[in-house]
Amino acid sequence: MKNRWIALYVENEVGVLAKVSGLFSGKSYNLQSLTVGTTEHDDVSRMTISVTADDVTFEQIKKQLNSMVEVIKVMDLTDVPIHSKEILYAKIHGIDAAGKEEAFRIAQVFKIRVIDIGEDSVLLESALTERRNNELTALLKKTFRRIEIVRGGPVAIESISTSCR
Amino acid sequence: MDITGRKLIVKALAEEGVDTIFAYPGGMVTDILDELYKQEDKFRLVLPRHEQALIHEAEGYARQSGKVGVAIVTSGPGATNTITGIADAHYDSIPLVVITGQVAQPLIGNDAFQEVDIVGMTRSIVKYGVTVRDRNNLGRMLKMAFYIASSGKPGPVLIDIPKDIQQKSGPDEYPDHVDIRGYKPNTSVHIGQLKRAYKTLKNAKKPLILAGGGIHISGAEKLLTDFARKMNVPVVTTVMGKGAIPEDDPLYVGNSGMHGRYAANMAEMECDVLFSIGTRFNDRITGDLNEFAPKAKIVHLDIDTASISRNVVVDVPVVSDASLALTHLLEWAEPMNTKAWQKEIEAWQEEHPLQCKVSKMLNPQTIMEDISEVFGEATYVTDVGQHQMWATQFLRLKGNSNLITSGGLGTMGFGYPASLGAKEADHDRQVVCLTGDGGFQMNMQELATSICADIPVTICLFNNRYLGMVRQQQQYFYGKRYQLTYLGRRPAGVEHPDRIENADELYVPDYLKLVDSYGIKGIRVKDEEKIVPALEEAKKAQHDGKSMLIEFEIAPEDVVLPMVKGGMANSDMILK
Repeated sequence: MKNRWIALYVENEVGVLAKVSGLFSGKSYNLQSLTVGTTEHDDVSRMTISVTADDVTFEQIKKQLNSMVEVIKVMDLTDVPIHSKEILYAKIHGIDAAGKEEAFRIAQVFKIRVIDIGEDSVLLESALTERRNNELTALLKKTFRRIEIVRGGPVAIESISTSCR
Repeated sequence: MDITGRKLIVKALAEEGVDTIFAYPGGMVTDILDELYKQEDKFRLVLPRHEQALIHEAEGYARQSGKVGVAIVTSGPGATNTITGIADAHYDSIPLVVITGQVAQPLIGNDAFQEVDIVGMTRSIVKYGVTVRDRNNLGRMLKMAFYIASSGKPGPVLIDIPKDIQQKSGPDEYPDHVDIRGYKPNTSVHIGQLKRAYKTLKNAKKPLILAGGGIHISGAEKLLTDFARKMNVPVVTTVMGKGAIPEDDPLYVGNSGMHGRYAANMAEMECDVLFSIGTRFNDRITGDLNEFAPKAKIVHLDIDTASISRNVVVDVPVVSDASLALTHLLEWAEPMNTKAWQKEIEAWQEEHPLQCKVSKMLNPQTIMEDISEVFGEATYVTDVGQHQMWATQFLRLKGNSNLITSGGLGTMGFGYPASLGAKEADHDRQVVCLTGDGGFQMNMQELATSICADIPVTICLFNNRYLGMVRQQQQYFYGKRYQLTYLGRRPAGVEHPDRIENADELYVPDYLKLVDSYGIKGIRVKDEEKIVPALEEAKKAQHDGKSMLIEFEIAPEDVVLPMVKGGMANSDMILK
């Protein structure tokens, strides 16, 4: 079992997201995340899909996706250099001045932005890798009592020149 | 010139060469059906008595004719009633175009009268499904539906057309062809890979061909037979592949799998190369996957990439249409010496010949053999259950005989309507429906369709008063507790259905009276010597355009053997 990445070009039509996500639930594939958005072509959407699967199952997933009429192209990004980021918002509630200071310090260390602030709360915006966001979430949970987290799921694109991920 | 959507739909059907349409009326398809009014010279419309039967009729038609089966049903319940049949067609790769009416677009989402999201409901059981939302796209989408249903690995396509689209004017153009960027069916074969497959077979000591339903879909029966004969390679078939090679050919071993022949399953266990064509390696074929063809290198030839290395890990995969690949293989074929191997298989045949041993009443084996003897070259359509397995075991398909059966989904109620569809595809051909008393009761309202649409078939009803296939499981594995499998009336105080003394009097319905009310003759057969005369009478009746029902009374205790318990290895056969 291993975590894997797929980029999927699909028709930008009603029902396609349901069809793709339905494949994962219907056949008990272990879907980790799925994000979707339009591309430079209005009629094409691109999905970034992350699954945990063994080799045989993953091959089958790619074949099943390929056989869908609405799927234009399946790209396996698992062993390809990619850039990948995920948007995350974290709202921290009920904090005093010391708490705010701590929130700012965390933002500084993680290189993320504080984008809003109130009397006893701050709002952080993070565009990091999924793993960094996991670490950030864990730290915020440990440090503060009341937090609210919204995550968008990772998007990925193949690198041009770098081989870092 | 602009025309209405309904006119374009009919134009599309005409241009696709559709001659038969299975349709059931309702509010959201009245426009389309109205457009078909008085067009008997172009289209024959068949009115079933239930949409669940309608879709099986379309399947039977498609299986027999090789053309796309066309169904038109209304929105809501009309559409949902077709779901089982769509799933059936999906599993057995049957090309269908199902046109469902839909409420007008402004009403969609309102939970309007007879509105359901049929595209959403069928998403996982269609090859493609779509709601037409723009009148300008109607022509292209209809073309897509027929193209997708019939190309590559065939399958059902559902096209949902809202009433306003049917009525709205728009372009009259119906395209000759469509280019779909996400759908490029395989039309060639990788020659290098096919050569590898051939070499693997050629180097085998104990080669075996496993032929699946793909042989029939591709029309590759003759090619396969020639190839096997030229190379002297024994052939086993799946249920769907039965008839891929004439059954009187000495190279034919038999069906393999759960209720396969002993020799066929043993040959799979012992072969060193399994050359499989057009099969999905369904669990009914393989049994315990770890014990499937344990000594063999497996070659898998299939048109569907997703079927390869899905259940069984394959040594040499080849993506191709069966006919195309076999045409090449036949060119290369050279005789192999398989005499010793064939002897080995023969010894297994003699050790445990396929035989249905029964204590009393009629022997299903005798009935099946007599049916194929009397009807000869014909189309045999089964329902699902014991009679289906006996049919796969004991019917002897000769010449261009074919078997139509619900293999993947195992849909009870399939047989009778599918036989009507098959007959509708070719009125000159004898069609025999083999069914059980359970499955027949699921769609026996179609007797009316048979009479009113003038589609005569011969119904061979195997009546043992039980849902026999499940009863058989209960008999072997559930302590003979026949929960819900006895179909007769049980008198008060009698707990065990086996102890009912006058069971035949208490059974309902009386099938002879039932068919009589439709003007169909029925015969009940209890004695062996009456089987052939009854069949001959039915054959003549069908020739003269009349249906007949023959009810064969068989004993509930009769079981289908050999049997492999679900999940066990195929070598682990229960033989008696």
